[in-house]
Amino acid sequence: MKGMRCRKCGELAVINMRQHRLALCETHFVEWMRANTQRFIEKYRMFKPDERVLVAVSGGKDSLALWDILLALGYNADGLYLGLGIDGGIGYSDSSRVCAEKFVRDFWPDARLHVLDVKGAYGESIPEVAQRSNRGRGKPCSVCGLIKRHEMNRIAYDLGYDVLTTGHNLDDEAAVLWGNTLHWKTEYLARQAPVLPADRPGFARKVKPLCRFYERETAAYALVRGIDYIYDECPFAVGATSITYKELLNQMEKDRPGAKLDFYLSFLRAKEDGLLAQAGTSTDLHACDRCGQPTSAPGLCAFCRLWEGHTVEDEGPHVVIVG
Amino acid sequence: MIKVTYRDKKWEVPGHITVRDLIVKAGLNPETILAVKNGKLINDGTLLGDEDDIKLIAVISGG
Repeated sequence: MKGMRCRKCGELAVINMRQHRLALCETHFVEWMRANTQRFIEKYRMFKPDERVLVAVSGGKDSLALWDILLALGYNADGLYLGLGIDGGIGYSDSSRVCAEKFVRDFWPDARLHVLDVKGAYGESIPEVAQRSNRGRGKPCSVCGLIKRHEMNRIAYDLGYDVLTTGHNLDDEAAVLWGNTLHWKTEYLARQAPVLPADRPGFARKVKPLCRFYERETAAYALVRGIDYIYDECPFAVGATSITYKELLNQMEKDRPGAKLDFYLSFLRAKEDGLLAQAGTSTDLHACDRCGQPTSAPGLCAFCRLWEGHTVEDEGPHVVIVG
Repeated sequence: MIKVTYRDKKWEVPGHITVRDLIVKAGLNPETILAVKNGKLINDGTLLGDEDDIKLIAVISGG
């Protein structure tokens, strides 16, 4: 079996990253991923070594790779898993939780994983809420996004974490950018960044340390490290627009290596140079009457409106610590 | 023949082909696929032989 050699040591390469003209072996690829994550954390001023970091963990390759990298880099990083109650005939949520817990047991037994079960805390799973909500009829993705954003922010804030990290990779970011550009959603474009500052009371700082890695690289990292992650797509994501956008971008990438990276980095540079400066968000925010989180509408926030007319227990964060 | 597995599909192709060409011939985009042999990741320039057993892994997720 012949193949490309690692640029650093000459061993067989496990990955060739055409956009960087760089092939690396297992050891040097892991080293490269960690060193570059550190570089991006510093470049975008995401967080400092002494800050408390909460990692949103889904059981997928990106979030588990991120958590592994941050722990290997020596950060004080705990995990947060949200049980969404999605089955889809494959026990999707149950399997993803198993992956998150197995990761802790196998790799970082001293790491702390917070678990919030949405149905346990609020009485209904995501598909159940979506079924009766105008927001989610047919597809629960909108309800799911709303609940995840609210709960991740609330838990990070309530538990005193300095920053909430998510495993968004460059393909995720480029697909969002593509969609927002197609529709010239300038307010969304103005907000898209590796760091969302905690610039309003009630907001946790949110950062994306993997935003410059291709999805292929985060998957390769998980495989090389031997991390068991959930391979199956969320059953509700089949046919999602974001996947179509990723496929389109990867068609360009195939013919012109670096096209995705250039698209995203050029956008960040253009924003730094003042593009979209006029489109910045200036929406007035109020504290939600029920949960206190910031909301643009007076009264209840969109999350609390979901549960109007339904009994919600107010007994604290309902978070269980595993590990 | 090379034995190939991708999701729930299995097929065979003649050897002496690179991983990248194997992926393209299967109608897939090599930017969205990784290849594993004997549980180990291999780069897409790897030349495959007739006895190889290859698993292709899709990397794109979304929602």
